[in-house]
Amino acid sequence: MKSNVALELKNITKTFGSVVANKNVSIQVKKGEILSILGENGSGKTTLMNMVSGIYYPDSGEMFIDGDPVTIASPKDAFNYKIGMIHQHFKLVDVFSAAENIILGLEDKNGFNMTEYVKKIKEITDLYGFDLDPYKKIYEMSVSEKQTVEIIKVLFRGADILILDEPTAVLTPQETVKLFAVLRKMRESGKAIIIITHKLHEVLSLSDSVAVLRKGEYIGTVKTAETNESQLTEMMVGKKISLNIERSEPQNSEDRLVVNKINCINREGVKVLDDVSFTARSGEILGIAGIAGSGQRELLEAIAGLQYLNDGEVLYNNPKTKTTENLRDKTPIQIRQLGVRLAFVPEDRLGMGLVGNMDIVDNMMLRSYKKGKSAFLQRKSPKSLAEEIIDRLEVVTPSTSTPVRRLSGGNVQKILVGREIASSPTVLMAAYPVRGLDINSSYTIYNLLNEQKQKGVAVIFVGEDLDVLLELCDRIMVIGGGRVTGIVDGRTATKEEIGLLMTKTADEQKQDKGGAVENE
Amino acid sequence: MNKLTNAVWNCFGKASIHIAKRDDIAWWKSWIIRVISVVMALIVCGFLTVALTDLNPIDVYVTMIKGAVGTPRLVWNLLQNTAILLCVSLAVTPAFKMRFWNIGAEGQVLIGGLATATCMIFLGEVVPGPVLIPMMFVISVIAGAFWAFIPAFFKARFNSNETLFTLMMNYIAIQIVAYFTLEWSVPKGSGTPRTLEFGQLPMLFGQKYLINIIVVILITVLMYIYLKYTKQGYEISVVGESENTARYIGINVKKVILRTMAISGAVCGIAGFLLVAGTDHSLKSDTAGGRGFTAIMVSWLAKFHPGFMVLTSLLIVFLEKGASKISEVYRLNSSFSDIITGIIIFFIIGSEFFINYKIKSNRKSKEEN
Repeated sequence: MKSNVALELKNITKTFGSVVANKNVSIQVKKGEILSILGENGSGKTTLMNMVSGIYYPDSGEMFIDGDPVTIASPKDAFNYKIGMIHQHFKLVDVFSAAENIILGLEDKNGFNMTEYVKKIKEITDLYGFDLDPYKKIYEMSVSEKQTVEIIKVLFRGADILILDEPTAVLTPQETVKLFAVLRKMRESGKAIIIITHKLHEVLSLSDSVAVLRKGEYIGTVKTAETNESQLTEMMVGKKISLNIERSEPQNSEDRLVVNKINCINREGVKVLDDVSFTARSGEILGIAGIAGSGQRELLEAIAGLQYLNDGEVLYNNPKTKTTENLRDKTPIQIRQLGVRLAFVPEDRLGMGLVGNMDIVDNMMLRSYKKGKSAFLQRKSPKSLAEEIIDRLEVVTPSTSTPVRRLSGGNVQKILVGREIASSPTVLMAAYPVRGLDINSSYTIYNLLNEQKQKGVAVIFVGEDLDVLLELCDRIMVIGGGRVTGIVDGRTATKEEIGLLMTKTADEQKQDKGGAVENE
Repeated sequence: MNKLTNAVWNCFGKASIHIAKRDDIAWWKSWIIRVISVVMALIVCGFLTVALTDLNPIDVYVTMIKGAVGTPRLVWNLLQNTAILLCVSLAVTPAFKMRFWNIGAEGQVLIGGLATATCMIFLGEVVPGPVLIPMMFVISVIAGAFWAFIPAFFKARFNSNETLFTLMMNYIAIQIVAYFTLEWSVPKGSGTPRTLEFGQLPMLFGQKYLINIIVVILITVLMYIYLKYTKQGYEISVVGESENTARYIGINVKKVILRTMAISGAVCGIAGFLLVAGTDHSLKSDTAGGRGFTAIMVSWLAKFHPGFMVLTSLLIVFLEKGASKISEVYRLNSSFSDIITGIIIFFIIGSEFFINYKIKSNRKSKEEN
């Protein structure tokens, strides 16, 4: 008798050197069931699923498909067992169409017949309610469409067990709703679906059961219907924590940074910033929401003096001298020489904010190494700064001479944020500062941002989790396609409102403007 | 990295062995691995010697050692050659640390040598020695720096490929030197290089090469300090590790590239100066003798650490000297000594793999569990 269990893992263990990524993990997923694998970043969720899809090979443990023991040693094996994984980072050929990407790598003895393939793709899209044009090229697609291609690619190969790694990380709230509808349809048709996530509300709204991992260890599986947010959090983190961010009223706010109609055209000739104007006030957190790649990076880099601007101005009101400086076309060093105390926590921590191969002390020096006239480096004060940050932010590290790349994501970020706020800035910009961090570290970062706000710093926070943005920020600016699509009050706005602004197209904006003109 | 290598190596089928990156290794363990690899290389070479030549491998190795350090003259020769190779290796190091692939050291050395020779020929009879030698030194440094500055300028200005550019500059330098060698040869046009009598470096304590060695030791110490303790050295590391970070903290990347390459070329110029004025007392198109390329290996093997470079350059010169002695004594052609040197270097480079990665057998670990 064939069992109803599509995939079962028993006592799977995987280590990388001295790091235990998975320890005795046992999970099972039935046909027609959606299982969430929940855990913080670094808890071993992706590693576990990579073993199922043949990318890694477990050190020990057993796997069963339809009740039979199997060995999955390569992605090809996984394919033969009808397992398909949709990775967080898409693996598509940009210049190919959706259909071409879907059939890429398939061997077909009957020859190559595109019309047939497209017909089959259509069948799949109709069956599950996908929205996809098979002839559209990947480079013309939105992130959500690309994801659809990846999912169909897996289904086209006949997968019965689907694994999705953080599928909603790049989607807007509306797109997420659409994706969930599709997944529910797949469940109805008897597919076994595993989604990897760390977002609690998704787990609760979508899945049938939840397996929780914590630091590589398997904590347990619970039925979604029988659990709640606080129980899951406790399982995930290992202790009860309150998930509230305190938000104080801004005090003595004044305009610190006035960005006025800036335009930026990148090397490919794409307008990445389009007439962006806003004001960042002291003692206030300004959130920036938007789909990844809507111009957030360019905007922050433009303010920091790293991005050439075609047009517009970036005005800084110096609270000490009461003068106004235009930061446009100035290098980071010139900006600092003007007495502008600008701190910037970039998105790419180890590739930009820090140097992974250098130790903590040398990374502390990045901002200050030039001080003094001597040709030689002065490592004393960076060392004491490093010790101070390690002590105050509870950074876990063997010593100050440990290369930063050896530290965990949360500790890396504490080092970076710690260094940036050490210069007592008047403007603090942080791009995705909690990405990849565990819950505790995330809250440390939120608290640090709040602390800076209370000190009167103008904080600019680029975030991706709308719930957090709504809890933390005083005002939220939404950008889409390099344009400001709206600035809302963080205390009164809703997620749906922001989601709509995020996807607002240029045409709609023009219509709005056109409408406004007519009304006048 | 860890995950990636695992993934790659797991493709090797039903997981009989797999390879994982080591997090860290005790320094003594890494040295044990290195010593073992040299021993293994000698064993392999031994077998090969027997198979190809029917000679006793022990005899061959004794000959090799004798050929490298058998007499005081040979020892001085070894040290002199090591010093020059080390000098060129130190020269390329700042560029490599900056991830600027300067494979044009050969040409930079030659141009430095050419500058020295020019001074010796045209100023030798006019300017007295104590003035001439510092002049030669300064002009060689400028010439080497200039030669290295050209590709750096194009890299900084137009982002041209420095690897090809520096390589091509070698050929230009070689041909320029070949031209002047012929022009200055005695009798003119014969191709026999002229012996440069004026401006030779003085002997110290009766040793011809001692001054070369002292100069290079000095450069080693200075380079170590420069890379580790100065602000410019720090900038080189940051630019090399991540240009984005350099931009982020406001380092002028172009300026650092130009400056560092000028330093790299300047030290090459010194090597050319030492070769022409201190060793050969003549200039030929093969004066640099491939050191510009060997230096790349020396620098990498030592992981850009000037201290370790002393060891790696010594090792490589030792092998070269010893191996050429074997060919000479046993009347083997020079290919045989190249084979021996090649195998030994291959094993030494290969040992880095075992230092960075460990190999585990899956089957074994399963049984253990």
